[in-house]
Amino acid sequence: MSISKEDAQAYWKENIKIIFSYLVVWFAVSFGCGILFIEELNSIDFFGFQLGFWFAQQGSIFVFCGLIIAYAASMNKLDQKYDVHE
Amino acid sequence: METQDILNFTFIGASFALYIGIAIWARAGSTKEFYVAGGGVHPIANGMATAADWMSAASFISLAGIISFMGRDGAAYLMGWTGGYVMLAMLLAPYLRKFGKFTVPDFVGDRYYSNFARVIAVICTIIISFTYVAGQMRGVGIVFSRFLGVGINEGVVLGMAIVFFYAVLGGMKGITYTQVAQYVVLILAYTVPALFLSFQITGHILPQTGLGATLADGQSVLATINSLSTELGLKEYTAGGKSTLDMFFVTAALMCGTAGLPHVIVRFFTVPTVKDARTSAGWALAFIAILYTAVPGVAAFGKLNLINTVNGPENTGVAYTAMPEWFKTWEESGLIGWSDLNGDGKVQYAAGKAFAGKGKPAFGEGRNANGSRVTTNAASGKFDATKQPFANEVYVDRDIMVLANPEIAQLPGWVIALVAAGAVAAALSTAAGLLLVISTAIAHDLMKKTINPKITEKQEMMYARLAAVGAILVAGYFGINPPGFVAIVVALAFGLAASSFFPVIVMGIFSTRMNKEGAIAGMIVGIGSTMAYIVYFKFMGGTKDELFMGISPEGFGTVGMILNFIVAFIVSSMTPPPPVQIQELVESIRIPRGAGDAHAH
Repeated sequence: MSISKEDAQAYWKENIKIIFSYLVVWFAVSFGCGILFIEELNSIDFFGFQLGFWFAQQGSIFVFCGLIIAYAASMNKLDQKYDVHE
Repeated sequence: METQDILNFTFIGASFALYIGIAIWARAGSTKEFYVAGGGVHPIANGMATAADWMSAASFISLAGIISFMGRDGAAYLMGWTGGYVMLAMLLAPYLRKFGKFTVPDFVGDRYYSNFARVIAVICTIIISFTYVAGQMRGVGIVFSRFLGVGINEGVVLGMAIVFFYAVLGGMKGITYTQVAQYVVLILAYTVPALFLSFQITGHILPQTGLGATLADGQSVLATINSLSTELGLKEYTAGGKSTLDMFFVTAALMCGTAGLPHVIVRFFTVPTVKDARTSAGWALAFIAILYTAVPGVAAFGKLNLINTVNGPENTGVAYTAMPEWFKTWEESGLIGWSDLNGDGKVQYAAGKAFAGKGKPAFGEGRNANGSRVTTNAASGKFDATKQPFANEVYVDRDIMVLANPEIAQLPGWVIALVAAGAVAAALSTAAGLLLVISTAIAHDLMKKTINPKITEKQEMMYARLAAVGAILVAGYFGINPPGFVAIVVALAFGLAASSFFPVIVMGIFSTRMNKEGAIAGMIVGIGSTMAYIVYFKFMGGTKDELFMGISPEGFGTVGMILNFIVAFIVSSMTPPPPVQIQELVESIRIPRGAGDAHAH
């Protein structure tokens, strides 16, 4: 392995932070908006949908796609920063 | 032969010729090509292949129907089967790619330095994959029998022959490139009728926005379905039936199960680098989302069409003799059944079961005077007059929503043929991916890694092909004689994956301290509790009141997973840490660089 132990640990820490922040969004749109707070959100009209219903059946999926794309971009940047890219 | 039959044969035949052509072009020469396509698949191609691998006969044929009948609660499937990819992309795929071996049991066995752990993983892999594959073969049989006019059994055999050809010859390489073609076929087959349907009903081309559109009556699509449902004594479409806790657990089990399914994970071993593994997960989900975001629209439009056709514009029922052609075609296939409970000659759809027992019709010999099929298990015809105007008289199988949609919407014949080819593509691509996982588990994990490490690459390849042949035969047998467990594939496959692989792999990556004692104890407790719960409630007649906190069997995988985590941490804290070289292995899979080298053993 070409990188030092300290760098490897710092890289891993930042990686965990990135994952955690994206998973917070992931949880919020699916379990939060789509399940736990669906009734509250349903009182809001969103282009003809009840907002909670929309998150549960479509919105969360769009956000999931965006999350993976953003995560891949963040990680590419992090890999460059620590010079561990391929 | 009618024009429609010719179209069906042409579309399905042409798609088969394409798959076989690709299989011959992409034959596998080495075990590495056979198991992971040589690790050189482009991330976009891998994304498409993953999407085709993932979207099974259940996604293509049944999902819209499930949502149609469940309404809002169906969201557990939509979110569960897509949200899992977020976890897969962030928590598993990149590290497993860096690890650079062929299979999930490989990782479990090496990371936990234990052949016992490896064997548990092999057994789980085989149970999950067989449960899953039997359903696919059945799906192929049903589509063939409906669209090609052959029996279900002949259809299954034909499907086996095609899969045999490209899975046994081509291995992962053949499968991957065939799946790319199958993705294109299945996504066209799903979206084309969905676009037509959305435009007919709402004037919006995209079903995603059409679902929110306002109809001629001034109400939105969803509000219209809600009011029609209420008139008929059905639950409002946008109202939830499951408890919030149950929804939470079912969704979580489907998500973690998705992330832990061996045939999905193995797809990320086929790309060249760690970076590609992440990107590829994004492509895969994007390709999947094209279909999944169209599903809620298809489900709602299908429901609207169904109520309107069966009950007529007045919502009071339509005479059987005036029913459109598709109603009678699907009655012939047994997916629709009608019993004129009140004897008025009209078909009427409302809340309740039209037939006794499980609610499915049992057909007798001959015809009624009006030409409908005789059924022998009509329900009592009692209904609550304060809630609905008449008793329900029709059984509508949920699979109809997708398969009959083009006919219901009176779309041109080629669209119907396209849907048939798409359904077959969805079933075959998933079946092939699963069969490969089974054959790899047997040849690589069991023969090479556990029983006899001395076998040569050539012998291992032969075992892999033999295992693939054996797996196809068993899968075909299950397709023709579906055992009881096929019906509970969702609970079983996802529950097992969520309670075994998902926690064990995540702990293997994110904890250097986790040792073999902890992992093995966790897996045994996770699998054991989940299996016991599912078997008790699905086979031994457990009743609803006995459910643990009201969690349905489909959601118990989440409980099993939590138990797995807890037990693993307790046991591992009381036993010695893993050897130094294992801790170094964990450190190394966390750093992307060097994935290519790791692959060339």
